Amino acid sequence: MTLPGYAQIIEDIAFFDDWEQRYQYIIDLGKSIPPLAAEHKTAAHLVAGCQSKVWLTSQQQGGRLQFQADSDAVIVNGLLAVVLAAYHNQTPAAILAFAIDDYFKTLDLERHISPLRGNGLRAIVARIISMAKRAQSEISQ
Amino acid sequence: MMRSPDSLNLEAIRAQFPILHRQIDGKPLVYLDNAATTQKPVAVIQAITDFYTQCNANVHRGAHQLADEATRRFEQARDTVASFIHAANRNEVIWTSGTTEAINIVAHGMAQRLQPRDEVLVTEMEHHANLVTWQQACLRSGASLKIVPIDDNGALNTEAFSRLLTERTRMVALPHVSNALGTINPIKALTAEAKAKGALVLIDGAQGIAHGAVDVIDIGADFYVFSGHKLFGPTGVGVLWGKAEVLHNWPVWQTGGEMIAEVSYQTATWGELPNRLEAGTPNIAGAIGLAAAIDWFQQLDIKAVQAHERALLAHATKLGQAFAGLQMVGTAPDKIGVFSFLLQGCHPADIGFILDRQGIAIRTGSHCAQPLMQRLGLPGTARASFSVYNTLDEVDALFLALHKTQQMLA
Repeated sequence: MTLPGYAQIIEDIAFFDDWEQRYQYIIDLGKSIPPLAAEHKTAAHLVAGCQSKVWLTSQQQGGRLQFQADSDAVIVNGLLAVVLAAYHNQTPAAILAFAIDDYFKTLDLERHISPLRGNGLRAIVARIISMAKRAQSEISQ
Repeated sequence: MMRSPDSLNLEAIRAQFPILHRQIDGKPLVYLDNAATTQKPVAVIQAITDFYTQCNANVHRGAHQLADEATRRFEQARDTVASFIHAANRNEVIWTSGTTEAINIVAHGMAQRLQPRDEVLVTEMEHHANLVTWQQACLRSGASLKIVPIDDNGALNTEAFSRLLTERTRMVALPHVSNALGTINPIKALTAEAKAKGALVLIDGAQGIAHGAVDVIDIGADFYVFSGHKLFGPTGVGVLWGKAEVLHNWPVWQTGGEMIAEVSYQTATWGELPNRLEAGTPNIAGAIGLAAAIDWFQQLDIKAVQAHERALLAHATKLGQAFAGLQMVGTAPDKIGVFSFLLQGCHPADIGFILDRQGIAIRTGSHCAQPLMQRLGLPGTARASFSVYNTLDEVDALFLALHKTQQMLA
């Protein structure tokens, strides 16, 4: 299935008025994210997370970075879908320009299941940004 | 009226912990992460505040009134610890930053004495603090690290312990209580066995100290270590207790001020216990806070505390057994109030997120015991850990919230 874009996620989440609906939405997103094939779940693709495991793969196509991510925890998977909605299939410049913290604030996820909660999301964002920086410097060379 | 054993006034106890009256997202906090750290009673918070407002000064060297008062309170705190654990001698109580540093002091010294044919014994249930330290001491010295297995219920396999203990065993480092499973180890019997083979024995008391009476002479080990923050005291302070005859010439840990006798530009000699193992300005407020925590804890009836914690665990166990899809991890016969579990189809991290949103604080993950989780074949667990101030109603709240968690993740 196609995952929603970030504008769609913002719109969807704004519609919910209690935490249960918001969480249920994230859980459902997490269940619908296509799983990463077992052969990609390697140590090189593993991003440190203390409470759950997160894997991230990337490739570059036509000047855009494409990502696939997976976690063994479904809420983390949902949050990965939220993160990738902003970054997947974007140019390095667009990735670097995107205000991820504001995005999480808008979603009102920041307080409860923010990337700061030891779930590996902060590390995912950092890895994506460093990939984008590397890709951009390769382009400019 | 709160349900509790008669000699424990739970309402009065809870009233002394300001944080327990907090709300999380509009719901009363249910704090079930006591194996990670305990909350602090007013007496501890007040002792720290009093120190900083009344007599803050550096200890042992000032030529003024405040320094005298600070030194007196700081050294009285050492006496409080010594009497609490029944140490023979106050100089056997060394202040550390916590359990981890205390074990590091022992492992660092031991690494200098171990030989390639020597063996160090630890268990499968170790917290990383009592595993990585010994693993590294063995790697540095060429000694072998032997791991005592556990049974599937989380109890230590004492027959294997006896088998692995040999004339080559120089050091045995055991947890008093497992942080991930709650298992209480028979440390007195194991210590006696290890001492008979001539090994030194260290007991990691991080999880044991707040759940029973500890008598270091009765246990018979050479070292007993614990952290203040798991005993209702502040973070950043802990204790290394060691027998004077073992500690008096223990290799120094950090060098610098306080721990020296004479210093010239080219050489230095070391001071006496306890100072030789306490370099630099100590955590003075922390030590005073820990003494206040011990005073607070000691006015409770320890038998009633244990009965209450057993009642909490029994209640959780009963509800857990009736809960479809719930598997308890760690069912040794002798346990503290640690309820580690899995919920079918639910990752522990997801359980933690959804409980948190309902005001319930637990820990999820490998509990700093990755090899133990591998041994059990688990990605981690969700862990509720109880303390004296928890109530049976809070256990009920945990299970009510778990029902919602299961529905949402289904």
